[in-house]
Amino acid sequence: MNTISNKKGKIKDINGPIVTIELPGVQNGEQVRIGSLGLYGEVISLEGNEALAQIYESTEMVRPGEPVEGLGHPLSVELGPGLIGGIFDGVQRPLEAMFLKAGDQIPRGLSPLPLDRDKTWHFVPSENLEPNMPIINGAVLGKVQETETVEHRILVPPNISGELIELAPEGDYHLEESIGQVRDQQGEIHHLKLYHRWPVRRPRPYQSRDNGIEPLITGQRILDTFFPLLKGSKCAVPGPFGAGKTVVQHQVARWANADIVIYVGCGERGNELVDVLDSFPKLKDPYTGRPLMDRTLLIANTSNMPVVAREASIYVGITIAEYYRDQGYDVVMLADSTSRWAEALREVSGRLGQMPVEEGYPAYLASRLAAFYERAGRVDTMDSGKGSVTLIGAVSPPGGDFSEPVTSHTKEIIQTFWALSKELADARHYPAIDWVDSFSADVSTAAEWWHENIDRGWEKRRSQALGMLARDAELSRIVNLVGPEALSSAQRWVLEGAALIKEGVLQQSALDPVDTFSSPEKQFMLLDLILSVYDAGADLIELGVPVQELSEMSVLARLRRCKELYDSNQIEQLKAFREEALNDFKEIHSEYAQRGEQPA
Amino acid sequence: MSAKEYRTASSARGGLLTVANVPNIAFGDRVHIRDQQGNTRNGQVIRSSDEEVLIQVFEGTSELDLESTWVRFLDEPVEIALSPEILGRIFNGLGEPRDYRPPIVSSLRRSISAAAFNPAARTYPKEFIQTGISTIDGLNSLVRGQKLPIFSASGLPHNRLAAQIVRQAKLPDDDSRFSVVFAAMGVSYADARFFQEEFASSGVLGNVVMFVNMADDPPVERLTLPRMALTAAEYLAFDLDRHVLVVMTDMTHYAEALREVATAKGDVPARKGYPGYLYSDLAEIYERSGRIKDRHGSITLVPVLSMPSDDITHPIPDLTGYITEGQIVLSRELHNQGIYPPVHISPSLSRLMKDGIGKDFTREDHPHVSNQLYALYARALETRNLASIIGADELSTRDRRYLEFADAFENRFVRQSEDEDRSIEETLNLSWDLLSTFPSQALTRVNETEIAKYHRQSV
Ligand SMILES: Nc1ncnc2c1ncn2[C@@H]1O[C@H](COP(=O)(O)OP(=O)(O)OP(=O)(O)O)[C@@H](O)[C@H]1O
Ligand SMILES: [Mg+2]
Repeated sequence: MNTISNKKGKIKDINGPIVTIELPGVQNGEQVRIGSLGLYGEVISLEGNEALAQIYESTEMVRPGEPVEGLGHPLSVELGPGLIGGIFDGVQRPLEAMFLKAGDQIPRGLSPLPLDRDKTWHFVPSENLEPNMPIINGAVLGKVQETETVEHRILVPPNISGELIELAPEGDYHLEESIGQVRDQQGEIHHLKLYHRWPVRRPRPYQSRDNGIEPLITGQRILDTFFPLLKGSKCAVPGPFGAGKTVVQHQVARWANADIVIYVGCGERGNELVDVLDSFPKLKDPYTGRPLMDRTLLIANTSNMPVVAREASIYVGITIAEYYRDQGYDVVMLADSTSRWAEALREVSGRLGQMPVEEGYPAYLASRLAAFYERAGRVDTMDSGKGSVTLIGAVSPPGGDFSEPVTSHTKEIIQTFWALSKELADARHYPAIDWVDSFSADVSTAAEWWHENIDRGWEKRRSQALGMLARDAELSRIVNLVGPEALSSAQRWVLEGAALIKEGVLQQSALDPVDTFSSPEKQFMLLDLILSVYDAGADLIELGVPVQELSEMSVLARLRRCKELYDSNQIEQLKAFREEALNDFKEIHSEYAQRGEQPA
Repeated sequence: MSAKEYRTASSARGGLLTVANVPNIAFGDRVHIRDQQGNTRNGQVIRSSDEEVLIQVFEGTSELDLESTWVRFLDEPVEIALSPEILGRIFNGLGEPRDYRPPIVSSLRRSISAAAFNPAARTYPKEFIQTGISTIDGLNSLVRGQKLPIFSASGLPHNRLAAQIVRQAKLPDDDSRFSVVFAAMGVSYADARFFQEEFASSGVLGNVVMFVNMADDPPVERLTLPRMALTAAEYLAFDLDRHVLVVMTDMTHYAEALREVATAKGDVPARKGYPGYLYSDLAEIYERSGRIKDRHGSITLVPVLSMPSDDITHPIPDLTGYITEGQIVLSRELHNQGIYPPVHISPSLSRLMKDGIGKDFTREDHPHVSNQLYALYARALETRNLASIIGADELSTRDRRYLEFADAFENRFVRQSEDEDRSIEETLNLSWDLLSTFPSQALTRVNETEIAKYHRQSV
């Protein structure tokens, strides 16, 4: 990178992470390095000769008068092979490399390049390309096997198009080597490399947007079956502390049928990232059989890291997500937690003396949130492929109150809402997703997929189950007023049926080796099985069989355990159990039917 | 030390002192302030420009007169001197001795605001710590390197519980004890004395470092105190290879001090007058616990806080819960029934328990037993609620069993005496005593093998 034209200036005032600098000619959004340590930061406003910069690192012991340098470009990320499997901080510094270089704690002013320059990659040029062909931005120049699962497609950077002059032959290349040349309309020649840079706050271009057509399968029954999320859609997971937001996000990161997973730990715990780093290499992607880490990338700004880099971290994440989308992949980005990002905005705006509007948040909170979520979507890429970014953000409302600004603004933007409840979590009903407060705007689109690929009865069974859960809530209210005696047998069987749905379908332990993932086939089998049992029981009640007799059937205990007894490959065994269970009901049926015939 | 001295104070208010025309002062610099009586106060630079420097004065700004105030900039961050001699000593929030013994002399001095641990340097905490308390070991297990706070409220026995944990904590088959760092903020003399006597009578005093700020000491000192304590803990854990248990009480006083200073600075409040950065500030403290790759020692953190008006949604417990790896919640209701320790298990949680228990760690049935007890107790509390509305006589036999379970659980499992040190084996066996009051069919969280092995009626 050239340093000749860098602007020089000095520090005027230090107010925590907000520093006033005098740096003539600096632009808004430009990256700066300040002080003798060379701390990284970004200009956020200009006023005459002075500018305000937010600094990504602690400013302790920095003094007025120390030097400042403008780097001439906005906060950008490096996009190229070597991203997957890595862990980066909120401004894309490679944490593994920093650990090897600098030890346990993150030193200030150190900024190793995000992508390894010493490593070579085996590049295979695209076959359909030849010199002197016109080439557009986003075109695939060739590919590199980034990990065993991910074929990394090397793209012409978004701001370059023209004529391909030269394309390197197949071979091993370093990141900085030229693998092609493009002459643009102005006649300028660009040397293309295996990577390029892109400013994080600017969405990457695509041809057009598209509606989602198929659900993201997460292997979690309450999500896929009850509150489906489409690929390319936006989703929020709000909930009080300890309700299970992180577990839901980890489960999605583990089991979703996505090509690439980007997990942004934004202002959360260091150990939760270690958990991913430790467990993902050992877990296998259920679709490819490869270690999960081969498709995963982590961005970490833990809660004790400087707040300003927290604000940047989700933009770094979404830009990388868009980059893989542009290669034609289905990407899932998880942000835990968007509330910490919003709080970082609040903190900076407070230091700037901006007028707070609600709970200290600046007026632009809602528009920033909307603009961020807008970067999700399913698109036609510049190269005429299809790619998607699905965005799932955790929200951490203070006191678990969903009416607070971040939750309420987010709710207006997203299509799927997985609301976590403290009551369910306290009762150890996991995942503690509340079936009353949650919603999905895409059930009918998802239904088409389920009907086509799994079973035509999906939508009917789903509604039946939700209907029973609603009846259950109603009847439980009555019980709590006047006691269980007030209910009819049929009503009591509804309570029993709802309990079966809760235990046998909705509850799903992330810790159980079998139940942690449930294929769509298994999901539907379990739901259909439990509802069939319920229906069979309801018929018996009509015949006068006492509820007591039904609820003591030993088959019900097995039914509750089915989810852990049979894995997603044991659909046949599940079917056999279903026969067995329904047979038990048939026996009772014939017993009572006979009695009905012989007058007592 | 080329310290610079000035007499250009231009305003003093709410613990903050402004000094005009002092060039090149570092942000975060430590400051000595000499008042007209000749007494020295301590401070730290919290904003700096050539025209004006803003100083937070730890002892407060009352009775400062601008004319005769001298300000000396020490040109160093707030630091603590470290050596093995800190064990057995008592310091204040500035790291000065408060046990009438000489200060620690050491060439090793560290800034108390350490840089964040690199997540890539951490290892996941997994080693089960036996506290001898059933509600913790059985249902909310603590592991080495975890941060697990106690959410309490005024009048509840959190100090006794914390002391019992300090006394009993060990690895199940290893008798070596923890080194203890004790950080007290805004505590009463009675509480401070209680802990000191506790440590003395259990013979651990020589293995304890105490940092104490009393209720009538300057509140601003509470802001540096936990950072002093954690810097000392890091030294013991990662320089001296010790396993350190840090007990902090009371984080509510800490947060209140932070609010006081934030208000004086004119920071925009978020909830209940607490500044928006309370979350990040608490995280800076709590995230200093953990385990580090290739380091032998560890820092396990047990902060104690009192929930104002018993309200768990108050910003202090709320933000703490959002940062820590679970919480042990005490209940006034259980306390009023005379149950010690009054741990309310429903809102209590240990997030790191999953990897530290079970086969190879505690016992293979532990994870399922814990789930099962939780599920039964949740149902039992619902039943108790129902019984209070419709009367216990109206309950079915099945429901009555749950009612009896709730009582047995609280009186046999939760309740234990202050010197009762139950092994994890005893806790699990006790669990099966309670589970066995149900027919095995009703137990859907434990598996068939476990039932065959441990259920009393299954032969
Ligand atoms: N599906 C699940 N299966 C098993 N356990 C679960 C599940 N979901 C949540 N839990 C339990 O709940 C605990 C808390 O979950 P989690 O850490 O995801 O909460 P959170 O909502 O992210 O909280 P915070 O906002 O404080 O980060 C977990 O440590 C785990 O013990
Ligand atoms: Mg979480």
